[in-house]
Amino acid sequence: MSTLARPRGRRLAGLYGRNTRAVLERGFKVIKNQNWVVMLSGFFEPVFYLLAMGLGLGGLVGSVPGPGGHPIAYTAYIAPALLAASAMNGAVYDSTWNVFFKLRFAKIYHAMLQTSLGPMDIALGEITMALFRGLLYAVGFMVVMLVMGLVTSRWAVLMIPVAVLIALGFASLGMAVTSFLKSFQQMDIVALTLLPMFLFSSTLFPISVFPAAIQWLVMALPLWHGIELMRDLAVGHLAPATAWHALYFVVLSVLGIWFTAVRLRALFLR
Amino acid sequence: MTSRATASTDGVVASGTQAVIRAVGLTKVYGRVRAVDGVSFEIAHGESFGLLGPNGAGKSTTMRIIGGTLQRTGGVMTVAGLDPAESGPEVRAHLGVVPQEDNLDEELSVRDNLIMYGRYFGLPYAYLRPKADELLEFAQLAEWAKAKVGDLSGGMKRRLTIARSLVNEPQVLLLDEPTTGLDPQARHVLWDRLFRLKEAGVTLVVTTHFMDEAEQLCDRLVVMDHGRIMAEGTPRELIRGYSTREVLEVRFGAEHNAVAAERLADVGSRLEVLPDRLLIYADDGDAALRQVAARGLSPITSLVRRSSLEDVFLRLTGRSLID
Amino acid sequence: MADQDLSHAGASGPPGYAVADLTRLAASGGVPDAAVLARRARRWGWWYYIEYWLVNAKAWAVSIGLYMVVMPLVYLIALGLGLGLLVDRGVGTVGGSGGSGGVPYLTFVGPALLVATVVMSVGGELTYPVMAGFKWRRLYWAPRATPVSPQQIAVGHLGGVLIRFVLQSTVFWVMLLLFHAAPSGWSWLTVPVGVLTAAAFGAPLQAYAAHLTDEGYQFAFVQRFVIMPMFLFAGTFFPLSVMPVYLQWIGWISPVWHGTQLARQAAYGAVEPLWLTLVHLAVLLLFTSVGVALARRTYARRLGR
Ligand SMILES: Nc1ncnc2c1ncn2[C@@H]1O[C@H](COP(=O)(O)OP(=O)(O)OP(=O)(O)O)[C@@H](O)[C@H]1O
Ligand SMILES: [Mg+2]
Repeated sequence: MSTLARPRGRRLAGLYGRNTRAVLERGFKVIKNQNWVVMLSGFFEPVFYLLAMGLGLGGLVGSVPGPGGHPIAYTAYIAPALLAASAMNGAVYDSTWNVFFKLRFAKIYHAMLQTSLGPMDIALGEITMALFRGLLYAVGFMVVMLVMGLVTSRWAVLMIPVAVLIALGFASLGMAVTSFLKSFQQMDIVALTLLPMFLFSSTLFPISVFPAAIQWLVMALPLWHGIELMRDLAVGHLAPATAWHALYFVVLSVLGIWFTAVRLRALFLR
Repeated sequence: MTSRATASTDGVVASGTQAVIRAVGLTKVYGRVRAVDGVSFEIAHGESFGLLGPNGAGKSTTMRIIGGTLQRTGGVMTVAGLDPAESGPEVRAHLGVVPQEDNLDEELSVRDNLIMYGRYFGLPYAYLRPKADELLEFAQLAEWAKAKVGDLSGGMKRRLTIARSLVNEPQVLLLDEPTTGLDPQARHVLWDRLFRLKEAGVTLVVTTHFMDEAEQLCDRLVVMDHGRIMAEGTPRELIRGYSTREVLEVRFGAEHNAVAAERLADVGSRLEVLPDRLLIYADDGDAALRQVAARGLSPITSLVRRSSLEDVFLRLTGRSLID
Repeated sequence: MADQDLSHAGASGPPGYAVADLTRLAASGGVPDAAVLARRARRWGWWYYIEYWLVNAKAWAVSIGLYMVVMPLVYLIALGLGLGLLVDRGVGTVGGSGGSGGVPYLTFVGPALLVATVVMSVGGELTYPVMAGFKWRRLYWAPRATPVSPQQIAVGHLGGVLIRFVLQSTVFWVMLLLFHAAPSGWSWLTVPVGVLTAAAFGAPLQAYAAHLTDEGYQFAFVQRFVIMPMFLFAGTFFPLSVMPVYLQWIGWISPVWHGTQLARQAAYGAVEPLWLTLVHLAVLLLFTSVGVALARRTYARRLGR
C-alpha cells in the first residue's frame, strides 16, 4: 500500500506547498485595495443583457417554448441562460487572460514561485478566486431575477451552486488551455471561440432553429448543458436530462482539474 | 519561530563541510540553445559562491534551476539534499531569491509586498508585521511603506526586492546581479550586509558583472561561458592561474595598436589587444614598460597596475566572444 | 600564443560589436540635412506613425483577420437568422417607419451589427493600447524622440486603427451581401458609415485613455457602462421606440445609434426625415473632431509638448 501511495504523494509534493491560502489572501488584498468596484461592476453585464434582450426584444418575440415544451415568456427563457453564460465568461477570462497576464507581464507568479509555494497552490488559488467571483455574480443575478419575478420554483436556489460548478468546469479547462498559449494574439483566438458558443448554445433562441447536424454539435458543447440545466432548475422542470447535464459538468470539472494538474509544470515552470 | 529556524538548520546541513548545493552535469536546453551545458559544482554551507560569465553564459538559468522554478533538461541537482524539481516547496523554504529582473507585485503597496511574500512561505502575520518594518528599515524604504511599487525608482525597487528575499530568514541566498541599478552607497551598504549575513552562516550564491564585487563578495567562483564552466577557484587562485602579477596597459591610438602589438608580441608573458588599448601581462610591469620604450615605441598613455579578476574574465571569455 | 591573440583580436572590433568602418557608420552621407528631415516630419509625421502602428499590428494580423471573418458570420447566423426566426414569427415588427410593414429581422439587424461590432472593437483598440503606448510598453516614446510630434502620434494611432476598421467594415459588408441582408444598391455606404462611427467613438475614447495615468481599471467601466449599453440599448436589436421614452436618450447620445440609423438607410433604404439624417452625420462629425482635438492636446501634454 505504501509503495502505491508514495510516488503519488511525492509527485504532488514537488508542486504543492499546501499554502493555497496565501494566494487567496493576495487576491483578496488586491480586491480590497483597489478594484472591488471594478469587480462588482462585472455583475451588471448579464443584467444589461437581460434588460435589453428580455424587455426590449421580448416585446417583439412574445413567448417561446421552454423546458418540457411549455411556452414561457422570452425574458424568463433567456435569464437562466445568461446566468450560465456569465459564469462561463468570467471563469474563462480569469483563467486565461488574467493568468496569462500575471504570468508574462506582471510576473506575479515568478515571485510566488520563488517561495515555498508550488504551481499547484497557485492554480488552486486562482481557480478558487474565479469561483468566488462567479458566486458573487450568481447571487446578484438571482436577486435581479427574483425582483423581476422570473423565479417560479424553489429549485431555482440550486442555480447558485450550479453557476459555481459551471465556473469550475470552465476555469479548470481554461487554465489547462493557457498552458499551451504563447502570446496575447492566441488569447484573442480563445475569446473568439467563446463567442459562437455563447450565441449558439440556445442562449437567446432554441437550437431547434438549426439543422440536425448543428444541433448535435451544439449539444456536445459544455455551455449548452449548463444552460439547459439552469433552465430546468429555474422553472422546476426536473427530468432525467437534468441529471445528465449536471453529470456532464461534474465530469468536465474533474477532467479539467486533472488536465490542469498534468500541465502545471508546462504552465508555470518555464 | 525559533523552532522553525532550528529545524531547518538541521535539515540543510548535517556537518559544516557538507555541500548545501550540488550540481552534477547540469543541462538546460531551449530548442537548439544549450543554455547550460553539463555544469558541475558544489557549494559548501556558509560559503559565498560567485557565478561569472558574459551575457547569455547561462548564469540566470543555473540560478533558476537551483530554485526549482525552471525544469532542467538533465543532470543532478540537490539543495540541502533535496531535488528542487521534486521538492520545490521544501527547497525554496530555505532559499531567498533575488531574480535578475525585479518581479515585485505592482498591485500591492511596498509594505504589503514584504508581508504577502512572507505569507507565501506560510509565515504568520505576528512574525511578518515587525519583520516587514525591519526590512523596510534595512532597505531604507521606511517612508515609502504605503507607496505603490510603481512609484519607486529603479534602485529603490531593487532594494525592495533584496529586502523581500530576506523575509523568510533564508539559509541560502540566490542573488542574480543584485547590485544592478544601485547607486555606489547602496552598493557598499549591500556588500556590508551580505558580508554580515555570511558571518551569520548564510550561504550566498551571487552572479555579477562587476569584478570588484565578485572579488569583494566571493570566497570562490566559477567563470561560465556558453553554458560551460571555464574555470573555478578563489579570486586569488584565478588571478594567479590565469594572469600575471601585474599588467601594463598602453595606448597608441586606435589605428596604431595593431601595428604596435606585432612589435611587442614577445614582451611580457602574454599580450591582449583590446579595442582601445594593449594589455601586456608581466610579473614586473615597470620592466615591461622599459622594454616597450627600448623598442622605440612611445605610447600615448601607459599604466602599470596589479592584475585583477577582470583580466582573468577577459582572458577566459573575451576571446570566445571574438570568435 | 600572443600571435594567436593578435590574429583574432585584430580582425574585429570590441567584443559583442561587429563594426568594420566606424566612419561610414557615423557619416555615410545618406542622411539629408536636419532641416529637410524636420520639414518632412512636419508634413508626414502622422503617416510615419501609421507605418509604425502597422508594423506593430502585423503580429496581430492572424487573430484580427480571423476575428473579422468569424465575428460577422457568427453574429449574422445567430442574431440575424436564429433570433430573426423568433422575431419574425413573433408579435412585433421592425424596420418599418412609424408602424408600417417592416423588413425581415436579418435585414434590420445586419447593418446595425456592422456598426455595433466595429464600435466594440474600438473599445479594444483605443484603451489598453493607448495606455501601453504611454506607460506599459512605452511605444510612443520611440517616435517621440524623433522629429514626429505628439499630435501626430495621436492622429497616427487613430489613423492606423481606422485602417483596420476599413477592412473590418468591408468584410462585414461583403458578408451582408452573402446573406442577402443588404438589398439596397447603396449598401456599400455602410463601410464609410462604419469607419466614421468608429472615429466618432474612438477619438474621444482615445483622448480619455490618454488622460489616465494609473492602471486602467477605468477601462473595465468603459466596457461595462458605455460600450455594452451602447451595444444593447442603442437601437441595434430593436428600434429605440420599443424602449420607454425615458431610456431613449441612451440612443441619442450614442454614436452607435446615429451610425446604425445611417447604415440602415444605406443597406435597405430605411426611411427617415432628411433633417434627422443630417443630425446623425453632424453628431458623428462633432464627436470625431472634438475627440481628435482633445486627444492631440492630451498627447502633447503627456509627451511633454
Ligand atoms: N526562456 C528562454 N527561451 C529560450 N532561450 C532562453 C530562455 N532563457 C534564456 N535563454 C537562453 O539561454 C542562454 C542563457 O541565458 P541566461 O539568462 O542564463 O544568461 P545569463 O548568463 O544570465 O546572461 P546575462 O548576463 O545577460 O544575464 C542564452 O543564450 C539565452 O538566450
Ligand atoms: Mg542573467
